[in-house]
Amino acid sequence: MNLDSKLPSGPIEQAWDRTRFELKLVNPANKRKHSIIVVGSGLAGASAAATLGELGYRVECFCFQDSPRRAHSIAAQGGINAAKNYQNDGDSVYRLFYDTVKGGDFRAREANVYRLAQISVNIIDQCVAQGVPFAREYGGALTNRSFGGAQVSRTFYARGQTGQQLLLGAYQALERQVCAGTVTMRPRCEMLDLIVIDGRARGIVVRNLVTGAVTTHFADAVILGTGGYGNVYYLSTNAKGSNATAIWRAHKRGALFANPCYTQIHPTCIPVSGDYQSKLTLMSESLRNDGRIWVPLAKGDKRSPDLIPEAERDYYLERRYPSFGNLVPRDVASRNAKSVCDEGRGVGDSGLGVYLDFSNAIQRLGEGTIRERYGNLFDMYQRITDENPYKVPMRIYPAIHYTMGGLWVDYHLQSTIPGLFVVGEANFSDHGANRLGASALMQGLSDGYFIAPYTVGHYLASNKFDQVSGENPQARSAVEEVKQTTAKLLSIRGKRTVDSFHRELGKLVWEYCGMSRTAEGLELAAERIRALREEFWSDVTVPGSGDDLNQSLEKAGRVADFFELAELMCLDARQRNESCGGHFREEFQTPEGEAQRDDERFSYVAAWAYGGPGHSPELHREPLEFHYVHPSQRSYK
Amino acid sequence: MRLTLKIWRQKGAADKGGFVRYPVDRVDGEMSMLECLDVLNESLIEKGEEPIAFEHDCREGICGSCGFMIGGVAHGPMPATTVCQLTMRHFKDGQELVIEPWRAAAFPVIKDLIVDRRAFDRIIASGGYISVSTGNAPDGNAHPVGKEMADRAMDAAACIGCGACVAACPNASAALFTGAKIAHLNLLPQGKPEKDRRALRMVGQMNAEGFGNCTNIGECTAVCPKEIPLEVIAIMNRDYLRASVVRREELVAAIAPVSGWDVGGKS
Amino acid sequence: MSSIAAAPPQNRAPGFWASTNGKKIVMAVTGAILFAFVVGHLAGNLQIYEGPQKLNAYGRFLHSIGELLWPVRILLLTCVGLHITATAQLALRAKRARPVGYSRRQAIASSYASRTMYWSGPIVLAFVIFHLLNLTAGYIHPGGAFVEGDVYHNVVSGFQVWWVSAWYIFSIGLLGLHLRHGLWSMFQSVGIHQPRYAAAMKSAAFAIALLIVLGYISIPISVLLGLVK
Repeated sequence: MNLDSKLPSGPIEQAWDRTRFELKLVNPANKRKHSIIVVGSGLAGASAAATLGELGYRVECFCFQDSPRRAHSIAAQGGINAAKNYQNDGDSVYRLFYDTVKGGDFRAREANVYRLAQISVNIIDQCVAQGVPFAREYGGALTNRSFGGAQVSRTFYARGQTGQQLLLGAYQALERQVCAGTVTMRPRCEMLDLIVIDGRARGIVVRNLVTGAVTTHFADAVILGTGGYGNVYYLSTNAKGSNATAIWRAHKRGALFANPCYTQIHPTCIPVSGDYQSKLTLMSESLRNDGRIWVPLAKGDKRSPDLIPEAERDYYLERRYPSFGNLVPRDVASRNAKSVCDEGRGVGDSGLGVYLDFSNAIQRLGEGTIRERYGNLFDMYQRITDENPYKVPMRIYPAIHYTMGGLWVDYHLQSTIPGLFVVGEANFSDHGANRLGASALMQGLSDGYFIAPYTVGHYLASNKFDQVSGENPQARSAVEEVKQTTAKLLSIRGKRTVDSFHRELGKLVWEYCGMSRTAEGLELAAERIRALREEFWSDVTVPGSGDDLNQSLEKAGRVADFFELAELMCLDARQRNESCGGHFREEFQTPEGEAQRDDERFSYVAAWAYGGPGHSPELHREPLEFHYVHPSQRSYK
Repeated sequence: MRLTLKIWRQKGAADKGGFVRYPVDRVDGEMSMLECLDVLNESLIEKGEEPIAFEHDCREGICGSCGFMIGGVAHGPMPATTVCQLTMRHFKDGQELVIEPWRAAAFPVIKDLIVDRRAFDRIIASGGYISVSTGNAPDGNAHPVGKEMADRAMDAAACIGCGACVAACPNASAALFTGAKIAHLNLLPQGKPEKDRRALRMVGQMNAEGFGNCTNIGECTAVCPKEIPLEVIAIMNRDYLRASVVRREELVAAIAPVSGWDVGGKS
Repeated sequence: MSSIAAAPPQNRAPGFWASTNGKKIVMAVTGAILFAFVVGHLAGNLQIYEGPQKLNAYGRFLHSIGELLWPVRILLLTCVGLHITATAQLALRAKRARPVGYSRRQAIASSYASRTMYWSGPIVLAFVIFHLLNLTAGYIHPGGAFVEGDVYHNVVSGFQVWWVSAWYIFSIGLLGLHLRHGLWSMFQSVGIHQPRYAAAMKSAAFAIALLIVLGYISIPISVLLGLVK
């Protein structure tokens, strides 16, 4: 297969403008003749659906939640980057581009990232106009903070609820179109298959989560904005419902899956407290601006933190990375936390935790200032752990947070199936091997508001669309397969619950394909995942029926897909014999224990084609070229 | 710790429903209320029974999916806390907790503890936005918004749409929810041009949905996980009154409520 | 193509009076007018402490301005009518808004006064009717003969009957409860709310309600104690 990334040629600064000019337009009067399906209503999906509706297309938007406003974009806390340079500290589109390419450890496409940086400024304008209540100065200007180790203050935020406010902005724009009749919203519907007719994506198969009805929906193009697959790990900061089913089923219908092993571990989450634990709670990265991370110098030191004198504490990030200190990027911070815990110096009952200590900051700035900056986060920490972080250092541990991998898309955000577009976290495009803080919101909105509406229009203008219906053989077989899978899951009636399988799968992937990986471990994991999957298909129990609301059935279908995806992740991590960003292979590290990239051999996007049941997937490589930011060893020393 | 959960079970909208008592033995203080239900559900599934259906998603108190009554209080006894972040340490060993769904005509029960809150979406669709299409926006700093006003708007915008306000109100009023969105947008300069229209349409939709009236007693704000202030209801009333006086529009339209789940498409 | 993307069907939204918000605004305005009457009436009544001449003169004065008295009475009756109609309709609507109740409900923030508005209102109304029959029309006057024009006599002889006084004190107490919530709530209903003053306004509503109750019940108490004969 020839992977045509449709990257524009010529100077990167004008690449997107030029592309936009070259994109074909749909005559305004013809727009309402075209229908578009959008799956997912998070930042990317909702913004795409709303914008396409505004343009006059007929849009049908699906989400599995009870309302589009619940999508997990809502949980993003920290902020959104934009190269506005409002703080006059030397920021520019080019600098944001540079930081993002470098932050992604040189595994992202330069042209995509440059476009992202360019669009970042429009996003802020659009969101402000929608009424997103970003933080302001007394004089009324937008305020910024520095985030995730950036050397400039370019992060816009709305308290600790930036994702919520941006999502509500997109949701409101979407509801406006619902009222205008351009968008039809279908909540409580789960996409279970993609309908590909004559090689083009023409519709989806949906299960109505209330009535259980399986229906087909057709359109001229399909956009997936269904988020990431972090829930492969069972415990993650994702929402319980976040799943990979939509992208995985599209993958099985021919869309290539890129870089599945690139997963991001967020360093500041509340540690696991028991085996009943259902999810991990993130504490915003912004806490690292004022908190100092440490563990005891001595192994197994179980004294309470206030009894450990300064000299017996190891502020390991400050020690190892004097210039960035506690603000090193997420992958570096996470890996270091794991290694000190592996040394036996972790804190808390489980030994899987490090301190994030605010006592210095409180002494220096006063409790009032700290409360103003992080009050809601401190409250949340106390609500969950029953400890007062103003008095006792927080305990934190890394957790799976974001997946950089996703369906392969070209510069137009189109997958390898014509007419199937993928936006937001569901695609792989902009973050390379590691995403910088406050960049996910930026990418989701950039894709949805400012890119897909043009490129989808181009696709519609360039193609002719015949009428398709449920009678179409591809559609009928897709429906049949969905019904069979559902019936199969309900008929096994084994002994183990879906969650018990999911938990076991999660532990496996976390252990072997988590923060650090080895060739041996990955091979072992793949084998054990296969065995567990077989057990799942013979011993899972799913009570109830398929004809009404059945949450166990929903979970079972998603976990079934996680099994297959987990195996692909291990395979991908195994073939990538280097360490880069979130992918850390123990065999490939510098003498100081930092990630060792191999640009000679691995400067490519690994895009996997589904091989069919019982066949191994096929790897396609899209080479990455760097003309502007030259690959260098990332150093945060 | 041991608890008894007395939980409302209802197979579907047409079913009458009733309470079932479940003893739960291994309750840990660190568990959240939802994790406690997970543990119970696991044991039910292992016994071949249908688990208790409850809505949940982010489990960090922001998506607004979860929520039910615990002992007659929406989201349970802790202030500013959704059930997903309500830890079990706040209950006593041996306690019986009565768990039932939000109850309102506008929130019909779908199954067990899950209710249909699409009425909230329709209230937003009727006018809970600023009509600015993508690409229309001026520079972000073009309209200065003083910090105090931005903070007040943010206080109102923090609403997660969980429906606890409706559940806690003796009249099942949606005034706090509707007021929060009207206040958020009407306080900001960007929202001023369609301030009157927004108030008329959103209040109209809220009324069309069959929610009850507000008696300003404050039960809603007391259970609100985001502590949305009662002030937003006054702002809604004020803007509605003003808009009613100055309005030019003959007809204020409302979206017809839908209760079925037909999703179009072909089966 | 599937039949997607059609504007949702639209109806006419409920108008001002049909909306709960509109009705509450009407209740706030009528409540404010009735409150003004309650204050005025108290000011008149308290003249009882200045002796029979003063009070009877006040009564005669009110009757002498008949052309003003009736419009005021009509206004008050209209207010009462609107206030009650709105309440009744809202109460019915609230009942429809929650067809299935909770097996258990715990109030956590609302005041007793605010939760009992539906009770305090009708009881106060019943009292007002009795009160009019007792002291204005004189149809029910258990304390001996009702003397047209001798307000002082009618009041004193009326309150000397213990159950008339008890009924009066009880009802005024409820009126106080009603005012305690209503005085604050009416500002909220018409959209006046300043968080900084909210607590002060609630306290003021409580204080005013208390003063009014004390003012009114001082009369039957004084009569029963023999301070006013």
